[in-house]
Amino acid sequence: MSGVRLLVGTRKGAFVLTSDGRRGRWELEGPHFAGWEIYHMKGSPADPDRVYASQSNGWFGQVVQRSDDGAKTWSAVGNDFRYQGEAGTHPWYDGTPRPWEFTRIWHLEPSLDDPGTVYAGAQDAALFRSADGGESWHELVGLRGHRTGPTWAPGAGGLCLHTIVLTPGTPGRIVVAISAAGVFRSDDGGETWQPSNRGLHSEGVLPDPAAEVGHCVHKIAMHPSRPDVLFMQKHWDVMRSDDGGGTWYEVSGNLPSDFGFAIDVNAHEPETVYVVPIKSDSEHYPPEGKLRVYRSRTGGGEWEPLTRGLPQEHCYVDVLRDALTVDLLDPCGVYFGTTGGQVYASADSGDSWVALARDLPAVLSVEAQTLP
Amino acid sequence: MNLRGDPANPVQVRVRLPAQLRELAKLRGEVVVEVAGTVTQNAVLDALEQLHPTLKGTVRDRGTGCRRAFIRFFVGETDLSNTSPDDPLPVAVAAGNEPFVVVGAMAGG
Repeated sequence: MSGVRLLVGTRKGAFVLTSDGRRGRWELEGPHFAGWEIYHMKGSPADPDRVYASQSNGWFGQVVQRSDDGAKTWSAVGNDFRYQGEAGTHPWYDGTPRPWEFTRIWHLEPSLDDPGTVYAGAQDAALFRSADGGESWHELVGLRGHRTGPTWAPGAGGLCLHTIVLTPGTPGRIVVAISAAGVFRSDDGGETWQPSNRGLHSEGVLPDPAAEVGHCVHKIAMHPSRPDVLFMQKHWDVMRSDDGGGTWYEVSGNLPSDFGFAIDVNAHEPETVYVVPIKSDSEHYPPEGKLRVYRSRTGGGEWEPLTRGLPQEHCYVDVLRDALTVDLLDPCGVYFGTTGGQVYASADSGDSWVALARDLPAVLSVEAQTLP
Repeated sequence: MNLRGDPANPVQVRVRLPAQLRELAKLRGEVVVEVAGTVTQNAVLDALEQLHPTLKGTVRDRGTGCRRAFIRFFVGETDLSNTSPDDPLPVAVAAGNEPFVVVGAMAGG
């Protein structure tokens, strides 16, 4: 019987939870890399034993770890992330020019078909690629070199490239999101890029609410069977594109708040989408202290709260952008982690939830691997 | 002892690392590195990184080669963090009497 492996990155290490396909009993192992921030871990779709992890902290900088045995043992690989050419500057919070400076890797996205190829999203915003299992990294400089690059300003979390969407069947298409520059798309494998922000509206955030760049996009999700349909959780607003990011329209509908960080799509129902509404940009916790996942079965617009098994009073945690994910089993498993250290799982597409862990360090990311 | 060092006769230098870096490099206790020539911060760290490449970028910035902001260097009770990385270290380091200590600066409240 198949199984599921959850890769949980936290503020103080990595944890791995495993279950068989019934998803009723879980074993937790960890912490790996104790004391380090694990912004993201992700397994290769082409080889489930190959797992990459981004390990960092303020003292010792960035390390990338790779496992070749399904997250049991790890080896540090390359951490030389150098911006190519003249680094240039971007506006700092006070508007002054600031040289581009590498801080950390927020997100690792393994290739869909090559276990040795992996993309890394950096702060300050840049996209790196490794073709040798993470041993060496090269910047795809066309992104940062876009004519708008010198205007990109950081969001509160830094100028970070946090979302990388690879497109099944269209290997050259890569969609990335940067806080707070917005969405960019390449159709030539990352050589050249175009902003993909038409339809986004950031009222009260940008001088021009419909500006070409400058939108604080929090996360983008896609169903592999319909790569032209993208769902976005923006700083405010839940958005949808039906043309691969060419244009966006709002699908926030009846959500109690359209602020949030995480978004994902059911593995078997491309119109079923999950978000976790957060009260506001200044109050990063669920509205009314009730932790609710919202599910739309209509591709957005109409949303239903999913509450069974989730705390419905006095809950003031956040769910960060990489901390919501799905598995590939049927019915679809849905998982998320909180800044309070809980990991919740649903084995029935979100109808009911159980806590797999309650007292981990703040959860930064959760990824699910569906094992053969 | 020749403080300038002798390339033909490297000295053994003890290095003490913080726990996170020991774990990263899969080390227990102090590590001993061989330094040929003058024993300086950079010479010690070059030898350390050659012996344990996983430590590259964790003590000195990859791009600038400078000490990372929240790292300090001590020999005994002397903080050498702001001395030139190419100055000779105290003779006690080259003699093996004192370790070169890498410290993660205190942070948090």
